[in-house]
Amino acid sequence: MAVKPSTAKDSGTQPASAPVTATPSSIRRNTGPEVLTGAQAIVRSLERLEVDTVFGLPGGTILPTYDPLFETDKIRHILVRHEQGAGHAAEGYAAASGKLGVCIATSGPGATNLITALADAHMDSVPMLAITGQQASTLLGTDAFQEADIVGMTMPVTKHSFLVTRAEDIPAALVNAHHIATTGRPGPVLVDITKDAQTGTAPFVWPEEPVLPGYRPILKPHAKQIREAARLMSEAQRPVFYIGGGVIRSEGEKELLRLAEATNIPVVTTLMARGAFPDSHQLHLGMPGMHGSVPAVTAFQKADLLIAIGARFDDRVTGKLDSFAPNAQVIHADIDPAEIGKNREVDVAIVGDAREVLAEMLAEMRSKFPKALERQREPWWRFLNRLKQTYPLGYETHGELCDPQYVISRISALTGPEAVYAAGVGQHQMWAAQFIEFERPKSWLNSGGLGTMGYSVPAAMGAKVAQPDRVVWAIDGDGCFQMTNQELATCALNNIPIKVAIINNSSLGMVRQWQTLFYDGRYSNTDLNTGHETIRIPDFAKLAEAYGCEAVRVDRNDDVDAAIEKALSINDRPVVLDFTVPPDAMVWPMVAAGVSNDEIEYARGIRPEFDGEGEEEAEAAIAEAGANEDGTVRSVAQIEGGLE
Amino acid sequence: MNSSRHTLSVLVENKPGVLTRFTGLIARRGFNIHSLAVGVTEHEELSRITVVVDVNDVPLEQVTKQLNKLVNVIKIVELEPESSVRRAHIIYKVKANAATRPQVASAVEMFRAKIVDVGPDSVSIEATGELGKVEALREVLEPFGIKEIVQSGTVAIGRGAKSITDRALRS
Repeated sequence: MAVKPSTAKDSGTQPASAPVTATPSSIRRNTGPEVLTGAQAIVRSLERLEVDTVFGLPGGTILPTYDPLFETDKIRHILVRHEQGAGHAAEGYAAASGKLGVCIATSGPGATNLITALADAHMDSVPMLAITGQQASTLLGTDAFQEADIVGMTMPVTKHSFLVTRAEDIPAALVNAHHIATTGRPGPVLVDITKDAQTGTAPFVWPEEPVLPGYRPILKPHAKQIREAARLMSEAQRPVFYIGGGVIRSEGEKELLRLAEATNIPVVTTLMARGAFPDSHQLHLGMPGMHGSVPAVTAFQKADLLIAIGARFDDRVTGKLDSFAPNAQVIHADIDPAEIGKNREVDVAIVGDAREVLAEMLAEMRSKFPKALERQREPWWRFLNRLKQTYPLGYETHGELCDPQYVISRISALTGPEAVYAAGVGQHQMWAAQFIEFERPKSWLNSGGLGTMGYSVPAAMGAKVAQPDRVVWAIDGDGCFQMTNQELATCALNNIPIKVAIINNSSLGMVRQWQTLFYDGRYSNTDLNTGHETIRIPDFAKLAEAYGCEAVRVDRNDDVDAAIEKALSINDRPVVLDFTVPPDAMVWPMVAAGVSNDEIEYARGIRPEFDGEGEEEAEAAIAEAGANEDGTVRSVAQIEGGLE
Repeated sequence: MNSSRHTLSVLVENKPGVLTRFTGLIARRGFNIHSLAVGVTEHEELSRITVVVDVNDVPLEQVTKQLNKLVNVIKIVELEPESSVRRAHIIYKVKANAATRPQVASAVEMFRAKIVDVGPDSVSIEATGELGKVEALREVLEPFGIKEIVQSGTVAIGRGAKSITDRALRS
């Protein structure tokens, strides 16, 4: 994304109160560049980068910047209650809109409070800019008040970072930071600016372009690799698309839909890619991985070709790596060359932007392998469709309290796919990923890589600011909610009417589920006492009311719809629904950590019986494979290693 | 030569903090840096890092890709032993009195090393060469009693007329 210098936008943005001492009149009358303080240069640069919203909280070393920020009418600053909230809000803003999310904090603790959000954005490739104040350059390294080496601390969790100690370096640093954060594999960039750089003055010189000799992301895939990928796709009997979050970041959903429909190849969308392909589409098999659907997980295990696009073979997807998709050749396309072959050896490596890769794959298939586009792959689809019918997502009802899966599916049904859903981390996140019907990209925000409890409320806040016309739900847990609910104050005071559904099982539910399954039900330190038959500390309804929110507690399935409808009817303040659910509800299907995906359990103790069925289908598939398109018969050796 | 030992020549922007990013990334991946040398190049905006790491081929490819992602890294080249010249500089301080000094001196001469300091009870010897050669000298000196060793990182350069800095700046 090239940064265009704009001249028109610049006129008249000179703040009325620009300190006269800092801009001597002789210089002003000059036709040379305007002299600004570093603080003014920060605000001016953000304006020119078309940043319209920043989330932040001021403090000593960033104070100079908050002064010109007070004046600008181009940038909305939203004052958060904790810097972590600013970071996740910037992430939510970015993930819902596709634009850069920006947060600002002061030095020391302000900056360290951003670290979790930076790490989160780094894992999930979220374009984010964090600006932090820093002690004066003359005091660096002296353990001055609120000094922290935030550049040093965040090196492992940022895409890049800058320490700026001179006012004249500010525009270039911000242009470079913006470019790095938003191009290639997106990620968080930190710009740490000393107080004397903010108070110093310099002519405001806008760089024509970012200058980054060591940064050249490769967007265009190599034609030879695309050719080879298309060849494998045309030959495969049991191919599957393994779609990751990169397709959403690259806005490649249309290209994916076209390619999948043209090739009739099934699509699996990872936790980060929910919504990249419509859930309602018949080619969609669901989510893979630890809590993936049986069809998706099994499709990988039985596939002879994985077409991974913008995905990274995360351990939560692969399970035990050695036994993951054991018969599959792998095409792996990613914008980050370091992801390719990192966990799984690949047969065809494609470095490039997911959208371009998908578009070129289709063009190549059409021009070089048109016959392959007519293939129906009937045995494969018969096998997969039977799995879909036999093992749909489901749940056991627990009786008197709300069923968490029911609550989430009703939220989805009553709100619809145009909404944005932001989850915390844990059981409710998995249920949300499973039971919300996603039809469009950027409608699902969650902390996939880092697994940050507390992501949901501030991320929903950021999403609502980015997309004010959409309904935004935070699907949260009672544990997560207690980590960042202070941002309800920010929402209430700034007219950010998000809706929060607390799936309140009175415990750290996912940890408790593991204790149930792997620690003989010894519930060490997972009871939170927020729910049914407990002292309910805190009382979430009262807490929400104290924050100026509408609040409803819901204890029974029968009352779920009315509460959701009420929440949907209120748009002048945030709404918090506290759904009381049983602590014993568990997330299924499940592949336990570190075991093979073949060991997937549909429900506790229930393994899908695809071995028997698989054999018949395998025979059919192999029989079909025997006759190639050109009528030649392949040798058994070539076909072996099929469906086991 | 250890088959898992690799010499990488890395051109980086000459900016503060670059070495920290570089070594931090290697440490995060759990690789041991065998030797490290950093210095200026013929272009003032570039520095050159020569790093010798102990790592097998597959993880080496991964760490190279990761290092390439560092915004300040311009270029990474692996220098193979057969097509490059590599040198380390080492100084040994060895016990030597009037009786043993001639023996030490003759060992030094055999290795084409050089005595750079002489005291009543010691001599200091500098040697330059492939790491294998300077390590062989150490074995010879050890019986006399080595009191101190100081060593530079290995520096390495490709043989022939090609220059990796030229190529890096052109692209």
